[in-house]
Amino acid sequence: MSVVLGLFNYWIVIALMMTGFYLVIATSNLIKKIIGLNIFQTSVFILYISIAKVKGGAAPILEEGTELYANPLPHVLILTAIVVGIATTALGLALIVRIKEAYGSIEEDDIREKGGTT
Amino acid sequence: MLIATALASVFIRDLFAVIMVFGIYSLLSAGFFLNLNAPDVALTEAAIGAGIAPILMLGTLALTRKKWDPEPHAKKSTHTPLLPLIVVAITGAALVYATFDMPYYGDAEAPSHTHVAPRYIQESGQEIDIPNMVTSVLASYRGFDTLGEVFVIFTAGIGVLALLGFLSDGSGRKYWQFADTASLRRHTVLHVIAKILIPLILLYAFYVQFHGDYSPGGGFQAGVIFATAFILYTMISGLQAVYKIIKPELIYWTMAFGVMLYGVTGLVAMFMGGDYLDYNALDHHDPIHGQHMGILLVELGVGICVAAVMMSVFFNFAGRGIRLPEDTKEGGQ
Repeated sequence: MSVVLGLFNYWIVIALMMTGFYLVIATSNLIKKIIGLNIFQTSVFILYISIAKVKGGAAPILEEGTELYANPLPHVLILTAIVVGIATTALGLALIVRIKEAYGSIEEDDIREKGGTT
Repeated sequence: MLIATALASVFIRDLFAVIMVFGIYSLLSAGFFLNLNAPDVALTEAAIGAGIAPILMLGTLALTRKKWDPEPHAKKSTHTPLLPLIVVAITGAALVYATFDMPYYGDAEAPSHTHVAPRYIQESGQEIDIPNMVTSVLASYRGFDTLGEVFVIFTAGIGVLALLGFLSDGSGRKYWQFADTASLRRHTVLHVIAKILIPLILLYAFYVQFHGDYSPGGGFQAGVIFATAFILYTMISGLQAVYKIIKPELIYWTMAFGVMLYGVTGLVAMFMGGDYLDYNALDHHDPIHGQHMGILLVELGVGICVAAVMMSVFFNFAGRGIRLPEDTKEGGQ
């Protein structure tokens, strides 16, 4: 039982990660692929934040009379990673817009067909 | 709940709905972070995942699909679900197997809590004297990492600008020289509500920026919230109205200025006898005061850079939308 409780968060992370992974490799629509990447990314965030959690610990803001805090380091890493994530997502979306302008489609199959003829 | 929304994004075919579901998913994960004692991260995720990301995705959707036709895909797709499903199942099983070696959730003795974290938790009170440990680790102990991240954001902003900011017809004209399209301008209710909300959002952004030392918050979150206010204004009043307030060139300059402020703070510390980004050197009589100044400046640089990049990215997407109707007109002639 304790095994299930102790590892439950990681399993959630894996389920989310695999959902994102599936979206990336199985769908042909480019926007959906980006969403898949984002779900994958969020699952990694959850993994880090789960690792940072200390049972009975407070949020990492110093306070009188509190001894046990959550680990601040993963919080820092993930906080910046989220912002970097949106910046790279924006770049990906910008690429999609340009792909649409060049090929007239955001479906991978259509793009491949057109790429083959040129 | 998280899994339900994530799975929903697999099965829903309408892209608009998928993006909305993704927004909900982000908001849920923000709540999840809060539950795990990570208020800083939750604030960031809520502002970005549930705020900016869906807006950008909807922008892309609007740009890539002129008519809202649902899935024009009649022919057989080469993407069959079976093979990816097998790959995903095998990878997932391997990962689950790997978790059996992981320390249990919430275990205070886990390896990740026993190396540098105790030092941050125990010493940062004396060394930096800022209650929010996340801020002190972000800006001071790990200043180099954060500088790198800011550069990545800056680069991504430049990349979007290079991809979308200029028209491809070779005339050198820029997108903001074109006519305005603000379909929401006539909605009085939206207008009034936005007028009330925008100053509050800006005020909150400044609070998050400058109170980040004491409560959850800091440059990254403040930058995003600040940009949100301008994005809201753009959606209500149109691009031209925004460009009356801030010139696009100004945004590009501030983008660079934010990164510079961060980098130069490090250099100043170096010239004053310390190492790069060693804020103790900023004030020789009172190193802690130096730390405070350094963190304040660096966070300000981060905030300015993030806000400018987010605004520039959004304006680039919005600017593309202005151009597309002309494209279709030309195609029809």
